[in-house]
Amino acid sequence: MKLWSFHGGLPSLAEHKNESVNLPIEVAPIPKTLTYPLGQHIGNAAKPLVQVGDKVLRGQKIAAAQGVVSAPIHAASSGTVSKIADHLIPHPSGFSAPSITIETDGLDAETDYTPHADFQQLTAPQLVDIVREAGIVGLGGAAFPTAIKLNTQSKAVDIDTLILNGAECEPYISCDDRLLKERASRIIEGIEILLHMLGAKRAILAVEDNSPDTFSSIQEAINSNNNQAINATQIPTIYPTGGEKQLIQTLTGKEVPSGKIPADIGIVSINVGTVYAIQQAVIEGKPLTSRIITVTGEGVNKPHNLEVRIGTYISALIDVCHGYTKQAERLVMGGPMMGFALSSDSIPVVKATNCILVASQHEVITEKQAMPCIRCGLCASACPVSLSPQQLYWFSRSDQLDKAAQLNLSDCIECGCCDVVCPSHIPLAQHFRYAKSALKVQNHEKQLSNIARERFEAREERLARDKAERAERSRKKKAALKNKPAKEEIDAAVSRSKTKKNSIHNED
Amino acid sequence: MSFFILIILFAALGILLGYAAIRFKVEGDPLVDKIDAILPQTQCGQCNFPGCRPYAQAIADGEADINQCPPGGEAGIAALADLLGVEPKPLNEDNGVEKATLVAVIDENTCIGCKLCIQACPVDAILGAPKHMHTVIEAECTGCELCIPPCPVECITMEPVTKTLALWEWEKPDTSQAKAKS
Repeated sequence: MKLWSFHGGLPSLAEHKNESVNLPIEVAPIPKTLTYPLGQHIGNAAKPLVQVGDKVLRGQKIAAAQGVVSAPIHAASSGTVSKIADHLIPHPSGFSAPSITIETDGLDAETDYTPHADFQQLTAPQLVDIVREAGIVGLGGAAFPTAIKLNTQSKAVDIDTLILNGAECEPYISCDDRLLKERASRIIEGIEILLHMLGAKRAILAVEDNSPDTFSSIQEAINSNNNQAINATQIPTIYPTGGEKQLIQTLTGKEVPSGKIPADIGIVSINVGTVYAIQQAVIEGKPLTSRIITVTGEGVNKPHNLEVRIGTYISALIDVCHGYTKQAERLVMGGPMMGFALSSDSIPVVKATNCILVASQHEVITEKQAMPCIRCGLCASACPVSLSPQQLYWFSRSDQLDKAAQLNLSDCIECGCCDVVCPSHIPLAQHFRYAKSALKVQNHEKQLSNIARERFEAREERLARDKAERAERSRKKKAALKNKPAKEEIDAAVSRSKTKKNSIHNED
Repeated sequence: MSFFILIILFAALGILLGYAAIRFKVEGDPLVDKIDAILPQTQCGQCNFPGCRPYAQAIADGEADINQCPPGGEAGIAALADLLGVEPKPLNEDNGVEKATLVAVIDENTCIGCKLCIQACPVDAILGAPKHMHTVIEAECTGCELCIPPCPVECITMEPVTKTLALWEWEKPDTSQAKAKS
């Protein structure tokens, strides 16, 4: 299969896959406590369906989607709802957010599932509904509700290609790789479901060329399935080839335009972990309650690939890995390039968690002293989205956010390639993250100030109108007085009172 | 001969220009709109004008300086200087100091329902009826503090805006070292 390439990237980034890639998936034990932040996907937070004290079963829906861009949440084990309150969430801010906490009873009793082994009989909208109700979101890390991605009925462009993203380019992470090695046949079945849903002509499953074993196990599964539409391919290991737009470019040579989504050019791209979740939801009727997570780094005694119930605390996973080592320095959710540091291990894993990296001092990107930019341009040649990081850096640093936005700051995928190549050790990606969030706040303030302007102008108008009306009324009164001489008015009043008096006298 | 050609040409161009002046006439003062777009719309009157638009008008007329808006702060002054092609200058201390945006909160137990704050609010962000409790619509309060002086029972306080997750900002990397060496 012909492959293309994308601009920049890092071909020789230390992969650190060996620590975990040969460790088979183990199922993590049922934890004592499960906590579910209600907003663990892109879009509106889910709405709780349970109350404190309620008994729940594994697979039971405990929170419903609110609006179109949202996803329901399901309990991952049976137990009792103990709390619905703010809890620390896995987010770089270290904020707390509304969450449901369940104390498990260890029985792991399940609800009744409705399997659909004959998915060919179902229509695309029915299948989209199943995916939506199963609470499936993008498990590659973005946590975008998958049902929206798959609901392509209303799109103008027909979906031609389905891309299955098994290119796990971020160092240290091997959860998708293990999934493909061990459960390839189910993923192939998931791909068939997706092909049926989307009406796509072909499916390409892409893995990096650093894991030939995985590729052969996929080939085996495809051969035994014998579906001509499904192809597997190995792509060069260049970070960040697993980025959605980078992978599409590598496989098809097409670029997704800025501000557009792959569906606009007839492509849907889905992470292999998500495909597995879809297969489970359709064929077995099981909602998304667990996922594979790599727990690795020099900070844990025994790295693991674990099948974890979503909602399990990170501390419980560390226990499975025989605890922290002395070198443990920093707790990171995600990989070393795009992950973020966590302040505590009493934070639950969520649907988007693919890796817990307990990094030692030298594993974290060393915080060398940033030196002045020498305008060498290495960052621009490394940028996979063809931006000009050095220009963006000046504008972000000096808070000229509008100018940064003009240079397509919003297209930055925060992959960190520019950080790695910068000879001055400038934390460029961090600058861009800051600038993006500051721009969001600035736009919000702009919106607020527009509302304030409208309200101020409406008030001014109302006050002017009131004033004019008052002036008009007093003018009318004055005019009326002028037209009718005062004498006449008084005479009329006197005669009125006289007649009244007379009538009273007459009655007497 | 060429004289007449020129006369006709000039007349034709004159008519064209005259028509264009009517056809493409710009309504309102575009400069005032541009200045008004930069101002924060707090409508607080700290600039000594009764609102942001009047201040914008005064700047455009050359009657006011660009450094009289404390809520707009240094960034606002820089943007105005950029627009008007003048040198930025520090904020005029007489007008106030730049501080984080706050929102007014009415202590609803103390409020006597006198309506004075409602009349003072420049953006109609206070809701209430005579002799009934008043309350501030938090999303629409600009933090101008104009409601505080009229309140006879001093039940209005200014509170910081709670940061939501959606508006959380990444920390800006420290650039002091790079600056010192350059």
